[in-house]
Amino acid sequence: MANDIVVGKIEPGCKKVDPILIADNVTRQFGGLTAVDVAHLEIPRGKITALIGPNGAGKTTLFNLLTGFDKPNTGSWQFEGKNLAGVPSYKVARRGMVRTFQLTKSLNAMTVIENMRLGAQKQSGENLFAGLIQMWRGQEARITAAADSLLTRFKLDAKREDYAGSLSGGQRKLLEMARALMSEPKLIMLDEPMAGVNPALTQSLLEHIKGLKANGTTVLFVEHDMHMVRHISDWVIVMAEGKVVAEGEPGVVMKDQAVIDAYLGAHHDTDLGTMKKGK
Amino acid sequence: MDWIQTFNLTVGVILDPLTAAYILCAIGLSVHFGFTGLLNFGQAAFAAVGAYGMAIGYLTLKLPLLTAMGFALLCVVVFALILGIPTLRLRADYLAIVTIAASEVFRYLMSTSAFKDVTGGSNGLSQFGYDFFDWNPIPDGQYAFGPFNWTADQFWLRVFAFGLVGVATLLVWLMMRSPWGRVLKGIREDEDAVRSLGKNVFSYKLQSLIIGGLFAGLGGIVFVLSMSNVQPQTFVTNFTFMVWTVLLLGGAASMLGPIAGGMVFFALWVFVNEILAGMAAVGWLPFLDPAQVGQVRFILIGLALMLLVIFRPQGMFGNKKELRFNG
Amino acid sequence: MAKETPVVHVDNVTAGYLPGINILNECSLTANQGELIGIIGPNGAGKSTLLKAIFGLVNVRDGKVTLNGENITNLKANKLVAKGVAFVPQSDNVFPSLTIEENLQMGVFQTPKRFNERFEFVTGIFPDLGKRRHQRAGSLSGGERQMVAMGRALMIDPSVLLLDEPSAGLSPVRQDETFIRVKEVNEAGVTVIMVEQNARRCLQICDRAYVLDQGKDAHTGTGRELLNDPKMVELYLGNLAEL
Repeated sequence: MANDIVVGKIEPGCKKVDPILIADNVTRQFGGLTAVDVAHLEIPRGKITALIGPNGAGKTTLFNLLTGFDKPNTGSWQFEGKNLAGVPSYKVARRGMVRTFQLTKSLNAMTVIENMRLGAQKQSGENLFAGLIQMWRGQEARITAAADSLLTRFKLDAKREDYAGSLSGGQRKLLEMARALMSEPKLIMLDEPMAGVNPALTQSLLEHIKGLKANGTTVLFVEHDMHMVRHISDWVIVMAEGKVVAEGEPGVVMKDQAVIDAYLGAHHDTDLGTMKKGK
Repeated sequence: MDWIQTFNLTVGVILDPLTAAYILCAIGLSVHFGFTGLLNFGQAAFAAVGAYGMAIGYLTLKLPLLTAMGFALLCVVVFALILGIPTLRLRADYLAIVTIAASEVFRYLMSTSAFKDVTGGSNGLSQFGYDFFDWNPIPDGQYAFGPFNWTADQFWLRVFAFGLVGVATLLVWLMMRSPWGRVLKGIREDEDAVRSLGKNVFSYKLQSLIIGGLFAGLGGIVFVLSMSNVQPQTFVTNFTFMVWTVLLLGGAASMLGPIAGGMVFFALWVFVNEILAGMAAVGWLPFLDPAQVGQVRFILIGLALMLLVIFRPQGMFGNKKELRFNG
Repeated sequence: MAKETPVVHVDNVTAGYLPGINILNECSLTANQGELIGIIGPNGAGKSTLLKAIFGLVNVRDGKVTLNGENITNLKANKLVAKGVAFVPQSDNVFPSLTIEENLQMGVFQTPKRFNERFEFVTGIFPDLGKRRHQRAGSLSGGERQMVAMGRALMIDPSVLLLDEPSAGLSPVRQDETFIRVKEVNEAGVTVIMVEQNARRCLQICDRAYVLDQGKDAHTGTGRELLNDPKMVELYLGNLAEL
């Protein structure tokens, strides 16, 4: 399986057969601290890639840099062959690279369905003059139908008319992911999408994420839930201290001793209840 | 205590053109703050630009009155751009500070003797704009009903002023229920979230600033038409805070809020003044001299604004549920 | 083994944040002396709300909460701290501009004289906190902050420890460390009530657990019973771990 993803040797920053995103020499420093130092990174098109690593490894900072929410010290990257460095965040989203946030940004004083409608990118009524002329009704109906279908998939349909602020933390995370999908992105970047989401629901949503891949969407997600990573990702990239330290298929990467030491922990597959007192 | 006169004055002010002017400014502020979350503490400046724009257009540039009004609105757009382009990329608090400063700067520019030839300096410009009454379609005569008693010209002025209020309210209603309005509400909640959904947040904020400013500019124009003069000391920070009180009283993000807020506010303003004057005349306020009695109103306004924000921040028509999730 | 004295008893509590909307609907829970109780369940079920109802952070509209038999329903949080109940929230749980040591000092705010003795105890469980005592809490990573937050709660020498999703956002190795430490704290005699989204790990270490659904305690049992119950797996746990 690695053969149809990778060109040449498997190593951090390796070339991909069909990359949708290529990043070069991306660095970001905060004072004396180097948060991100990625020499080369390629994300395979049409696959599900997991980005894992300890807290503080730079995963969210890398997301912010690539999507225009933060400015790097150095670096350039291309999305679908077009240069994205320096492009403002809203334009990056319009080009088809959409991200969610680690700390949920649900629009609390708006209802769930209004949150969803805002996610659509093809609503001409969002222009002031077009909005006044009332020609946007048909589009709104289509957008609402798409929104309702997603809400049902994420088990939020009962909350349709409720204010997003009244949802629980996990429900708001789901809303943010559903909302990001409204624009039918080419690459969706999910920052801990299942944090705070109940395991049974997580399992059903994984099927939905696989469905995205079947539709041609590329998925890049940050997660700490290794069961999820093992279950759906085609490729795993490991970051630590701002650098990409390992890449590979999930089964291979998760057996890497360095990865186990720094990230997975020796007790990873042990039942903690059976451990004797004092370890 | 002449209760009949008090009643007539109190109810009469509800349809006063100055009330309409403040309502228009409050409608503008509802677009800025109520719907977009922009902290504009210089609404007086937008009104002043509209007022002076029309006066200067008419007197100095010798434009016909209607064109002068158009010129005034153009000035408001330019002013909003000058204000907005540097500051809207910064945090909300910066806009607040800049708008207060801009308001004072504009007022000083209008009152300085350096530009006296154009602006009239601290005396302002007066006795102009009477052509407005040439447009009056209402036949001559006195129109009296209930507490209202107007000449044809006074009637026409009110029709014009409140007609503008109606049009402005209608426009805001149409805008806010459209997808464009939805983007503004999203920006009010979280700008980065809206950017991540592909919307140019800066552009929308600028549009909101301009539109809200235009409504305030119209308020300034109504002001000038009703007084036939324009003076810099009208547009002091008191003006801005009275507009804020009107807005918060009515409900910051509601359609009827500015109208109800304006009418109730000024009715109370007049009523309290009458009561205080009555009390002073009867000798119940020996510790205040007549000049101070008028000032007591301002103290009460400040108090009322504080209590409003603490106990009923949604005002009369605001949506309490929407407010609950702030922060 | 734990004695059978109810330390915390939640009796048919109905509670919510917004008027007219109840998150908890006649929910009950009992924690006996020395037990480690888990609370799991779907999103929006009311897990965090149940914890907050015990700690006086949400309005209890019906039912009651008792601590060692004493009625503490709607009692303000600061009074509960004085009674030996500590709460570790899920987020915003450290003072970022204060050092680790200062954060821990905040823990003994009501009994400052006990600082040294408690500091020794807490750094015994979390040696890193002792080693890095002068580091600003704001410069710590998520997992390290969790340590500080829990350490601070332990500074009051609590008899009851309430934890709201202690493993949230942590990498797998830090999550395991957290669960191991919670077990250590419990073995030292502290009654622990823990809300968790990582249901498997939670059930592995707890004595008994409650599954909340739609504001009610829908299921209960020992950790082992629930882990092995196929209905629980289907409804709440998922079987990704086995796949």
